[in-house]
Parts: sequence; C-alpha cells; structure tokens
Amino acid sequence: MTIIGWLQAVLTFGLVLACVRPLGVYMFRVFNGQRVFLTPLVAPVEGALYKICRITPEREMGWRTYVLAMFGFSLVGFVYLYLLLRNQAWLPLNPQHFGNFAPDLAWNTAISFLTNTNWQFYSGESSMSYLSQMIGLAWHNFVSAAVGIALSVAFMRGIVRTDRKTLGNFWVDMTRSIFYVLLPISIVGALLLLWQGVPQNFSSYVDVKGIEGVTQTLTGGPMASQEIIKELGTNGGGFVGANSIAPNENPTPLSNLFEMVCIFLIAGALTYTFGRFAKDQRQGWALFIAMSLVFVAGFAAIYGAESGGNPLVQHLGVSGPNMEGKDTRFGIAATSLFATMTTDTSCGAVNGQHDSFTPLGGLIPLLNIQLGEIIFGGVGSGFYGMILFVVLTVFIAGLMVGRTPEYLGKKIERREVQLAILAILVVPLFSLVPTAIAAVSKDGLATLSNNGSHGFSEILYAFSSSTGNNGSAFGGLGPNTFYNIATGTAMFFGRFAIIVPMIALAGALAGKRAVPVTAGTFTTTSPVFVVLLLSVIVIVGLLTFLPADALGPIVEHLQMVKGQEF
Amino acid sequence: MSTLITSPTKEKLAGGPAAEPAGPSAKGESILSHVVTSIIYTVVSVAILGVIYPLLITALGSLLFPFQAGGSMVMQNGKPVGSAIIGQLFSKPQYFQGRPSAAGKNGYDPTSTGGTNLAPTSKKLIDATKATIDGLKKANPDAQGAPPMDLVTSSGSGIDPDISPEGAYYQAPRIAKARHVALDAVRSLIAAHVRGRTFGILGEPRANVLELNLALDAQK
Repeated sequence: MTIIGWLQAVLTFGLVLACVRPLGVYMFRVFNGQRVFLTPLVAPVEGALYKICRITPEREMGWRTYVLAMFGFSLVGFVYLYLLLRNQAWLPLNPQHFGNFAPDLAWNTAISFLTNTNWQFYSGESSMSYLSQMIGLAWHNFVSAAVGIALSVAFMRGIVRTDRKTLGNFWVDMTRSIFYVLLPISIVGALLLLWQGVPQNFSSYVDVKGIEGVTQTLTGGPMASQEIIKELGTNGGGFVGANSIAPNENPTPLSNLFEMVCIFLIAGALTYTFGRFAKDQRQGWALFIAMSLVFVAGFAAIYGAESGGNPLVQHLGVSGPNMEGKDTRFGIAATSLFATMTTDTSCGAVNGQHDSFTPLGGLIPLLNIQLGEIIFGGVGSGFYGMILFVVLTVFIAGLMVGRTPEYLGKKIERREVQLAILAILVVPLFSLVPTAIAAVSKDGLATLSNNGSHGFSEILYAFSSSTGNNGSAFGGLGPNTFYNIATGTAMFFGRFAIIVPMIALAGALAGKRAVPVTAGTFTTTSPVFVVLLLSVIVIVGLLTFLPADALGPIVEHLQMVKGQEF
Repeated sequence: MSTLITSPTKEKLAGGPAAEPAGPSAKGESILSHVVTSIIYTVVSVAILGVIYPLLITALGSLLFPFQAGGSMVMQNGKPVGSAIIGQLFSKPQYFQGRPSAAGKNGYDPTSTGGTNLAPTSKKLIDATKATIDGLKKANPDAQGAPPMDLVTSSGSGIDPDISPEGAYYQAPRIAKARHVALDAVRSLIAAHVRGRTFGILGEPRANVLELNLALDAQK
C-alpha cells in the first residue's frame, strides 16, 4: 500500500462527498414536485409523456398499487428485451450479423437487465447487435435504475409521512428519476467519457494491419452513451466482455475516477435526500457515516491483499503485487478501489478480474455483496437495504431496554419486523441454497474454470452476485442451461422478493401516528446507534455467510500460504 | 399493539380519487391499465432513451471529439496501424512487447476481451507464469534483474495498451541490440514516452506500447 494509493481513494470519496448535499437537495426538490433549474426544459416533456401514457400525476398510490404498477412495467420490460434478443438477427444495426440469442440465454439476460443486475453470460462484442445494446440494454439501464430510485423515494415517504397512507405515484417518480436525474447527468458524462477516448460510432468492425503485419479486428459501437448510464445507474453490464477493464470502456485513470464517482453518486446523495424527507439531516448523515466506515474497511482489506501479491508467483523469482487480471493504467490501488465500490453498491461493473484476485482480495467483494450492498447501495436498492438493518437494529435496541422500538417517531411493531426479517432472509436463501445444489450437481460443476476451493468460490460468487443484483462475477464460470436458469431465478427473487416486503413495510409505516420524542427515545443519530447498526450488519452477515465463505476464499487463502496448487 | 392508522387529513391529498382501489373488480382493472400504460411508456421511453439519446451523443461526439469517437485510430505513413487505446500483439525482438493476453486464441483480440480468470492457486496459472518468465529471460539475456510483474501476468482486458516503465526498460537492451542502436538511445526514448499518474495521483505510470514502437520506427 502507498500513500498515493490511499490519496486516490480520498480524492474519489471526496468528490462523492462534495456532490452529496447539492445532488441530495436537488433530488429532494425533484421528488417533492418543487421547481429546479431544469424544470423549464423538462416539464413540457414530462407533461407530454404523462398525457401520451394516460398517467394522472396527481394520483397518489398506496403500496399495493405502487408495487402493481412496478410489476406491470417490469413484465413489459422483460418481454420486450427477451423478444428483442431472440430476434436481433433480423433487425437493423447489426453490422457484424450476430445471430439470435438462445432461449435460455435470452431469458437470463432479460432478467439480468430488468433487475438491474446486469450479470453477463454473453460477451457484447461478439454476440450483441448495436441495436440490442442501444434500445435494449441501455434502455433497461435507465429504467431499472429509475425504478430503483422511485422505490427508494416511495420508501422514504412511507417512513416519514404521518398524514396519509400513500407513497407517491410510481410513474411520476420513475419519470422524474429519468428526466431530472439520470438523463442530464448521462449527457454530460457521456461527453466526458468521449473526451477521454470511449468510442461512439456505428461503424462495422475494421481489420487493421499493424506495423508488424499482424491483423487486428477493432470493434466499435455506441459505447460512451451506454458506458455512463452503466455506472450512474449502478447497472454494470459492459458493452464488451471485459467490462470497465477494457480500454475502450475505460481508457484512462481519469475516466476511471469519473466512473467510480458515478457509481457512488446517486446512492450517496439519496442519504441526504432521506435526511431532507425526515426533516432531520442527522438521520441521513448517520446512515452515510455507517456506510462510509464499511467502505473504508473494505478498501483497506482488498488493497492490502492485492498489494501483498501472490506468493506462488513470487516464488518463481519475480516480485511485486498481484497484477494478474489487472490493467497497467489502473494498477493495484485503483483496481482495489473500483472493486470495493462496485460491490458496496449493486453496480457490478469491474475494472479488474475478481476471479484472479488473491483469496482475501476476492473475499471482500463477495462479503460486500452478501451483506446486501448496503454501503450506498445500488441506485436506490442500497438505501432500503440499509433501512432493513436499521429496523432490525432499533428492534434489538428496543429489546435491550424493554421499550417498543421506534424509528423517526414511528413505532416498529410486529408486522414491520416480520417484513424486514423476510426481506433479509431472501439474500441467504437464494444465494446459499442454489450454491449448495450446484456444488453437488453435474451441471453445476461442468463449467467451472478453476479447481479446488476456488471452484466453489466461483459458484458462491455467482449466486451471491445474482441474488444481490450485483452482476460482477468470478468470470471463469461459464454459462450453460443450468446456470442460465438458476442465476436468472436468483436475480428475479433477489429483486422482487425484497422489493415487495420493503414497500409493504413502507406502506405499514406510512400513516402511523408519530410518537413524540422523549428522554427514553433511542436516538438514531448518535455514534452509539452507528456502532450498533454496524454490529448488527456484521453479526447478521457473518453468521449467515461465514460458513460458506470459509469453504471458499478462506480455505484457499490458507492453501495459498502453504504453497498448494490446484 | 395494533397498527394505528390516522386518516383525518385525507383531504390534504393533492386532489384525485382515493389511493387504493376498493373492490376486487377495480383492482383487476388497475392491473390491466398498468400494463397498457407500461406498454405505451416503454415505446415512448425507448424512442427517447434508446434512440434519440445515443444519436445525440453520437452527433455531439463526431462534432467535438471525432478522433476519440471513431476509436482513436493511429496512422503510420497515411495508413491505420491500430488504435491508440487498444493494445496489440507484438512479437518481433526489435519492438516493445505488451503483457501476456488471454483475449482470443493468439491474444489481443478486441472481439474476445477478457483475462485468464485463473485463481491465484491455479496450477495452470503458475505453470504459464513460469513459462512466461523463462521465455522473457531467454529473449532478454542482457536485461538486468528479474522481469517486472506486469510482464509476467496477463492483463484483465486482454487488450491492455500499456506496460509499466520497468517493463519497457527491461526490454531496452534487446531492442537496442536488434536495432543496432545505443542502449541509451532506447532508454531516452522510453523516458520521453512514459506517462506519469494523472494529477500525480491517479492510476500508475505507464508507457503505451504502440506509441513506443511507432517512435522506434520513426527514429530510423
């Protein structure tokens, strides 16, 4: 580890921090229907859209209606992308004449982008037409992120509202997410990426003869416009197979910095938006600080492990850190930082191959995902994931002092705790059970690229990433029908089986009478609360996942230290 | 501990009907209406986000950054010889060589990007690394010390355009010999093309292999 390496982390985080307040306030105003500087530009488009789509923006929805609207939209989005991928060969903008996707792969990919996971069992540069990338994947990048933001905002309203049972209007929240937040930042960001070298064209691939006479096929495509929303919407599905490691997706250290900031940007700012909704900014900062502490710990662990390098390689007489699967321009620090941030959130873009990380370096991304990507979260999803743990924390604190737990003046009662526990159980259920099945089935073992405990890590990572809707991978794991269907199922439940209880929880909280604050109220802004919250996260996470992780990365670490090869 | 619901302020709702549809028939209706809305919304938003937005970026890109938008093509004697941002395969002794690549069959295939995805404990990885080290030592008999780490490990993208400055200096004696030039000339050429960290902080120092090789050819 070096000071310069840490400075990169400080600079990246500092930029995010600088944006938290202005963007947080901006989003609060947008979702509260107040005027912002883009209103004159966007309001006409917004109004026209509502008119065409027969949306009554004033109509507020209860939690059931909100979820139904979200489901209806998701269903249409799924069918649309599935059909697009199954028929891309006959559609225009396919200069390389890529064929149609097979049913199981199309199913997997459609769910993957629908759920904001962006797990990729295909390589874009050798299978996805420009049209599919643009109107299929990039479109899903926008709307799946917008749905996540909308759900978060609805959830915030549920927590703080005392005067009504409704959570807002799904269509309005989604539309505002897209047109006031995601699209404007994407337009500016795409140009920044273009400036740094990310291509944006519709050319066919070109064969170029190099100076040694070797021919190389250079790819193209509308990459910049897609790359920016991939990070900003914490989607993570790369235009090309190597994702943000590939120099055409991420050409320079500066583009890398910018992509990392975008990953944290909206999720970090949402904590401030939450503070505004709660009319108590300290509530937002308490969550932000708790999240930041886990982020720093994660970065330190990965950076330390990767700097230490691979002793098995070092025994061959070379010295240095673990550069396998990393690109030169990023090096160890920037790759460790990216890996931390992409799994703290549900992004899943990568700028280094997690599969080739040292065992402990690979353990942290895995753990981050298993904890539910609550450190800033996905665009939206991390926020409500964190609130789950908050509910659990105040519940446990309430048990300790023998008082009905409260959060923001709302009594947390049986139904709320039940819903929170239900949602918390989804991640272990859909990541551990399929892992166990895969580890003992022929199909599950057929496509591993590594033997020994690392092979198990590949399976565990795949299902954790799918259920967590992250999408990063121990990329050696290859696709087959079993994995296409199994990870697709995990992605589906990982999104919707958490969203439904979460929004139900918000619905239960909305309209609850506020309990006045007394001397006996457990404050949720104190350092004690932050520590307790972190303890709950670590205890729940570790108790649930440590046994499985011990069989994978932890065993592999011990084997590596002993000099064992597989 | 029943859930208390207060609804005296319902009239505060910003107009519109009651939020939750009451009867089952109303619910059935709303599912259908949600799907209809969803279909129209999908069509309209695909047109804006999937078509207009990328076309706008393409137009702005070709206006403001035509070189980058087109893939940063590099020319030699008026002919394209590669992309400034994409690494390519070099194997002749008189050229700088990039890092091991797992992209495609022979490496450096932009239509098949990616790394080895081998575990740190993989026998395959250790054997391959050993072979790479031996090969480098054989090809660079006059080089000082062991080969630097980046030259013996595969990149993550498989099309890494850069090597570390150490990786470039390691190859300098071989190149000087193959080109019959002074070692110092090659070393100063490297020094002229090493890029430092951005703002002194971001990323790692590096040298673009294609750029180095074009500079070598330009020297003659």
